[in-house]
Amino acid sequence: MTPADAPAQGIQARRDDALAGLVAAIPYAAWLGIGLDRRGDELTAIMRYDHRLIGNPALPALHGGAIAAFLETTAIIELTWAGLWAQMETLPASGAAETRAEAGAKMDEGAAALPRLPKTIDFSVDFLRAGLARDAYARASVVRQGRRYASVHVEAWQDNRARPFAQATGHFLMPGPAR
Amino acid sequence: MAGEQGEDRALVRHMLDALPHARALGMRLVDVAAGAVEIEMPWRADLVGDPRSGVLHGGVVSALMDTCCGAAVIVHPKGSRTTATLDLRIDYLRSAVPGQAVRARAECFHVTRSVAFVRAVARDSAEESGPPVAIATGAFTIEERP
Repeated sequence: MTPADAPAQGIQARRDDALAGLVAAIPYAAWLGIGLDRRGDELTAIMRYDHRLIGNPALPALHGGAIAAFLETTAIIELTWAGLWAQMETLPASGAAETRAEAGAKMDEGAAALPRLPKTIDFSVDFLRAGLARDAYARASVVRQGRRYASVHVEAWQDNRARPFAQATGHFLMPGPAR
Repeated sequence: MAGEQGEDRALVRHMLDALPHARALGMRLVDVAAGAVEIEMPWRADLVGDPRSGVLHGGVVSALMDTCCGAAVIVHPKGSRTTATLDLRIDYLRSAVPGQAVRARAECFHVTRSVAFVRAVARDSAEESGPPVAIATGAFTIEERP
């Protein structure tokens, strides 16, 4: 790595650590086995298959409640991530020498000051087909974001991105300005 | 009539036992009537949505509501022994009280040959009055009993 690459590596690591910290801070997201894959600012949430997510053992198929929870968590993370991303872009780069460890230490400090999470007002899920006993993926898009309210659409798929097995729209109350 | 209710109670118990997700969340049957079911779920630290408040994640309440609505469909006199959720809308009216179990009651308010329309209300187990934690409306598949 040339010295010129170091700041770029630093900011990538900082973004990934911020994201990992966000998921780890939501106990129920960890319980469901949700992870995140980031490409630039685009997030894909992954719900790793586990037997306890099963709602219909005969098929077997994922529980509707687990699917709803996966979609809702993805929407909340997407909304929070947009705010974190903006913060990281505006934070002054701390120089060419920043390492992943230093960035990580910063995030540990940041974990205590985790952003306040949006509150779900309502959440409406369409179950399009059975969720199978395997990993599931979801992506959320913020349809409308105001100062106080946000509307988010989210889709989940398994094998084929063009064939979602569930989709949802939710309204969220954004946390007020930090005091 | 009492016999049928005993049968329905056994049916819902069996359903909760057979659903790994319901078992993992600790769901427990409280009451069964024709086309109506009440289920309770304990508060647990690993099911929290925001560790600063200790409030259960909305998704946990969704799972409870979905299970409760599905159970109400299978004990409806016109209902089938199996059902699937077509859609479910949840309105989160207020935060559940940290440390308290949540109790949901679902009832089928209209059942056609192919669809059951179900409503559910979730309350903190200790609060009988006051606004509920959440309300839900859903459509579920149904197959008429032969």
